[in-house]
Formats: sequence, C-alpha cells, structure tokens
Amino acid sequence: MNHDYQYTPKNGFSKWLDKRLPLMRFADENLLSFPTPKNLNYFYTFGFILTMCLVTQIITGIVLAMHYVPNTSLAFDSIEHIMRDVNYGWLIRYMHSNGASMFFLAVFIHMFRGLYYGSYKEPREIIWILGVVIFLLMIITGFMGYVLPWGQMSFWGATVITNLVATIPVIGEPVLTLLLGGYSVDNPTLNRFFSLHYLLPFVIFGVVILHIWALHVTGNNNPTGIEVKDSKDTISFHPYYTVKDLFSYVVFLLMFCYFIFYNPNILGHPDNYIEADPMLTPAHIVPEWYLLPFYAILRAVPDKLMGVLLMFGSIIVLFFLPWLDTMKVKSARYRPLYKIFFLLFVIFCLLLGYLGAKPPEGIYLLLSRVSTIYYFAFFLVIMPILSRIEKPLPMPIGISNPAINNNSDSSGGVSGSPSYAMDSK
Amino acid sequence: MTDTNDNQDPSRRDFLYITTAVFGATGAASVAWPLIDQLNPSASVSALSSIEADISSIPEGGSLKVAWRGKPIFIRRRTKEEIEMAEKEDSVDLPHPEKDLDRVKNKEWLVVVGVCTHLGCIPIADSGDFGGWFCPCHGSHYDISGRIRKGPAPTNLEIPPYEFVNENIIKIG
Repeated sequence: MNHDYQYTPKNGFSKWLDKRLPLMRFADENLLSFPTPKNLNYFYTFGFILTMCLVTQIITGIVLAMHYVPNTSLAFDSIEHIMRDVNYGWLIRYMHSNGASMFFLAVFIHMFRGLYYGSYKEPREIIWILGVVIFLLMIITGFMGYVLPWGQMSFWGATVITNLVATIPVIGEPVLTLLLGGYSVDNPTLNRFFSLHYLLPFVIFGVVILHIWALHVTGNNNPTGIEVKDSKDTISFHPYYTVKDLFSYVVFLLMFCYFIFYNPNILGHPDNYIEADPMLTPAHIVPEWYLLPFYAILRAVPDKLMGVLLMFGSIIVLFFLPWLDTMKVKSARYRPLYKIFFLLFVIFCLLLGYLGAKPPEGIYLLLSRVSTIYYFAFFLVIMPILSRIEKPLPMPIGISNPAINNNSDSSGGVSGSPSYAMDSK
Repeated sequence: MTDTNDNQDPSRRDFLYITTAVFGATGAASVAWPLIDQLNPSASVSALSSIEADISSIPEGGSLKVAWRGKPIFIRRRTKEEIEMAEKEDSVDLPHPEKDLDRVKNKEWLVVVGVCTHLGCIPIADSGDFGGWFCPCHGSHYDISGRIRKGPAPTNLEIPPYEFVNENIIKIG
C-alpha cells in the first residue's frame, strides 16, 4: 500500500479544523487519495453501486412511509393511494420495489466476483463475513418489505416463511406465536414488520460502514489476487475509480430505469394486486425472484425440518468460506480447476433460481435435488479438495510486473515455467 | 486503615462485585422481559380465542369454513360412505397413524383446522388422491379424516378444541 502520502491542510480553516475534527483528512485518506490497485475491472464497481442502492432504498422508503398505513384494513388501500393519488407516488414506489430487485442483482454479482477472485481469503476474512451479515439482513428486510403491501403474495409468503420457525422442535410453536403476535399472520404481524423494515436498513448502513472500514485496512483485492507491493501497483481512488464507479453506475441506472418506466411489474407477482385473504390460498405461492434459489433448496428436501436447516445452511456455510478454501492463490485466473467448478456453481445457482418458481414435482424436483447437492458440495467438498490437489498456473511477480514468478513461495507460484523472470523496472 | 488497600480483602471485594453484577443482570432481565413479551398476543387477540358456529344448515356431504384465531376451521358433515372409508383406512400404512374414531367426537362431523401442517397454506376440499383435501402449495394430500397420506406435510390436520353446545351449535376454542 502507498503509505508515503500524507494529507496536508492547505488553508487556515482546514488547519484549524484538522486539529479539532480531522474530517477532511479522513475524507482525503479514504475517498480521494486512497491507494487502490490499478488493475480493477468493472466487477469491482458493484460496491459503489450497492451503496447507491442502499441510499436509494432509504430515501424512497422514508418517503413511502409518509403515505403508507401499516394496518390490515388500510395497508392495501394506502398502496393504491400512493399509486394513484400521491404526486409521483407511482414513481417513488416503483423505484423502491424495483430498487430492491436491483439491490439483490448487484449483491449477487458482487458476491460471485468475491468468489471468483478469492476476495474472502486472508487477510480479508472479516470483510467477507461482514458482507454475509449484510446479505442476511438484506434478505430479512426484503422479505418484511414484501409483506407490507398486504396483497395475497404478501400474506401467504409471510405465512409460509414464518411457519418455517414452527419446525424447530419444542420451542417452535411459542416462538412463532411470539414472532407473529397472534396465532396467524395478522395486524400485529404487519405492524411489527413495518417497524423492523424501517429499522433494518439503518442497521445495514452501520454494517456497511464496518465492511468498508475493514476494506480500507487491508486494501482491495484485485483480479490477479496478488497483493499490492508498492506505490507502482496503485493509483489514487479519485479521480480514477470515482469516474469508473460513476460510469458503471450510470449504465446500471439505465437498466434500473428500464424496469421503472417500461416494465415496473415484471419482477413482481400479479397476485399481489389482490388484497390479502386469510381464507384463500393462491394456487402457487412464489417468493420474490431473489429468494427463489433458497426456496428451491427448501422444497428439494422431503423432510420439513431438514429442508429448513439446509435453506438457512446455504447462507450460513458462506461464513466459513475463508476456512474451507485454503488455497493460497486467490484468483480463479490462475486456478484452472477452480474456474470450471466455479462456473458450474454459477450455473447451478441460476438453475436453482429457475426451479424455485416451478412446482416441486417430476424433473423439477430431481433437478432441484441435484443442484442443492452441488451447491453444498461446492463449498464442503470441492473447495477443500481443490485446496489440496490443484496445481495453479504460473503467476506474474506482481501487478505491475508480468514476468512469471519462479519461486514457489507462499503465494503458491509454481515452478516449471521458462525462467525469463527478471526484475523489470 | 491506612495500610488497607483494595487488594487486601479479596473476599469482601468479590462479594461486592458479584452482588453488583447480579443486581445489574436482574435489572436488565426485568426490563428485557416486557420488551420481549409485548411481542406475544395482546389481550384483544387472545380474547377472540373462542367462537360458535351454526351447523344446522350443512347438508350431508357438505361443509362449512369458519375463521378461528385467523385460521380457517373445516366443519365437514360426512356421508356414511365417507365414514366407512375413513374407518377402513385406519389399517393402511399412515405417515402419522391415528384412528378415525380418535379424530372425531361424532362420526358424522369432522372438525379440523384447515391449515396444512407443512407450511401453513389452506388445503382445497374434495380434491387430492384420497378423497379429502389437497394443499396446492407443496402438494400434500389428506384423506376424509384429515390425515396426511402423501406429500411433504409431517402430521395430520390438527383438531381444534371444540364441543357440541347443542344439535345445531359447535363451540370452537
């Protein structure tokens, strides 16, 4: 990392402020001159995109809360009131509902990027773990938000998901009653979900700060997975990455706008425009698209409790990633075998998403089971085995030095390549 | 007095530490409990815990759906054939073995909570492979005694607490 740089206050006021509250120094060191690997590609812009997603959700959410009523007899109507009567209410609600989808789309890309380039490995374990915490919080927040419009999918999605708790032996039933505030999903449930849906984004915001803090201690990983060695490997965050992030965000916004303005309901379910009816179950209960892979895992298992455990396990297993994949070489770029298994993993995840929307029978059920097995095998079997047996490809000496590293040092470089390595300037 | 400092009387010091900690923990717990218990059903929710249903208008083979604690209750007036079938199937291999006789107070009337024991959907009457109910969410089949026969649901449809007040009225809850 480039630690030679020092912030120097330029005028009288900033000198005065720097001695009392070093805000400018903090901003300079973390936003402007922060040394960043010079070889980051566009997959590395999703951190910024995600921050903007969170900000968008918070701002639109606060506005929606000014018009929404969290009461079973008024909630559905208040959504229609927002859509029809409130000035630009339709726009703000579509930004919020599609914003959630964009948020999850971005977080999935962000996580797959981390998996591909080995960003969870030493010394970035804490960054990864905080990221999984954020992901869990996002799922809970997204689920509670989907209940608020009080449509049929809201109600029955909430019923099915909260009933998962009842599968826990002995304490399941009382905990479920405690969670719902009654014996079924009803007004007390809606009220507390609204309260928590408002709270959790700020909790996420707090964890995001820790996530970025931890990132700024270790510095970014990069597509080669080779640690930054000196200031030749880095460029300042501003203007190089502020511009790259902004450009990426603008492209992302174009897609976001397509959904808001041209296809705002494609990612939702039409049944949610029917008011909740506790006496009538819709023919198919389908969660939001971003939860489909987990729903597919739940339904792939014939046993109820095991299904619930595997569904939660599919996220919990991510916490242990840094210790399941112990290969020193970080980037899949130099791991020919891992690269193949990783691509298979992405395909199976997409397949699970597709299967979660299909009825759990016949070929769909079989494919769900195969995909579920691969999902867990990837983390629990393939990763540990590859860490032991895989021979990485020859690696360059550094980010700025493309010559092949000949020493099999701790970075896992492999010998056998022609020895033209030299100390290029 | 002058030569006594904090370290020279460990038992007295420990006692003070432990007492303080216990008082602190008790205080924290007594504040935490109201914050947790407020999540439980309020008095107004609990007050709605029993209802009465008029069953005089249900014909043989017909059924009535009433709401109890926000959940549907199926009251089914079974035909002779249905009762016979339910009793005959006592002997088949059931995932959750229960005799039909143990599931009713009056053979003619089956009263069950209409909530699938899998994940809480409402099964559809007169459908499925066993002449009873079928849950559309994840494909559980129930027979005419409300017993699970096929699918992911682990147990039979629950029997609510109920009693016949007179010939025409059932009190549930």
